[in-house]
Amino acid sequence: MVYLTRRYRFSAGHRLHNDALSGEENRRVYGKCNNPNGHGHNYLLEVTVAGPIDPATGMVFDLVALDGIVAEHVLEKFDHKNLNLDVENFGTQVPTTENLCLEISKLLRAPLEEAGAERGLQLDRVGLEETSLNSFECVLEHAGRKKGKG
Amino acid sequence: MIYVTRRAEFSASHYYHNPKLTPEENRRIFGKCNNPLGHGHNYNVEVTVSGVINPATGMVLDLKELKVLLEQEVIQLMDHKFLNKEVPAFAEKNPTTENIAVEIWNLLAPKLAHGKLHRIRVYETPDLFVDYYGE
Repeated sequence: MVYLTRRYRFSAGHRLHNDALSGEENRRVYGKCNNPNGHGHNYLLEVTVAGPIDPATGMVFDLVALDGIVAEHVLEKFDHKNLNLDVENFGTQVPTTENLCLEISKLLRAPLEEAGAERGLQLDRVGLEETSLNSFECVLEHAGRKKGKG
Repeated sequence: MIYVTRRAEFSASHYYHNPKLTPEENRRIFGKCNNPLGHGHNYNVEVTVSGVINPATGMVLDLKELKVLLEQEVIQLMDHKFLNKEVPAFAEKNPTTENIAVEIWNLLAPKLAHGKLHRIRVYETPDLFVDYYGE
């Protein structure tokens, strides 16, 4: 089992605001991220896939296919978009980087595992840096996950 | 348990090719990596060793020991080399980042005197890396 990680970048705008809270509570919880006009980040995305090495190619998964899936399912949806207004999944949830990281893992898991099904490919982890000081990880449970990996 | 990581760099060239496939299939699967004249990367290797702290030294292991081992077993073998032609492990198998990580594990695991080899991470570029945990 080998773990391959590829990094991608996208830039997007968002505003952290929960309609269920009062204006004052939103300002208290989200601080400057609650600015009604929104603000943006350069996100750094890490996608880790796990699988055995294909002896014919020496590879876990074709990088061109990986890039294509990430572009289609994530980058085209999020890059240079307003996460609150342009992305359907954030109509009802707050586009924190935690929610974004989880959403990206849901968007990628099925197409990646379908494309790599022949070789037992699994989405292992999605990492998302909002800034160089903030990063989040969504670690997926799967049969091949090594205990104590880190 | 403490995890200690040491980093090293090497620069090498390689290309991907499977002699059992036709030239057309090789070009389709490996794309520009199939250029037989090779191309190169600056690789970064991270070796992570796990262990307990020796109370006499405050260390898991002597980092110089790990540095020398990396230099002798990996850097001297791969730095400024054409991996397909000059590293025996890649005579018949593609020197992909995946296979390089496994090979470095195989080179270091039997020779590590202290601690337990936990992870080999190989960066081919800052945006592409492979982790191998020995199984």
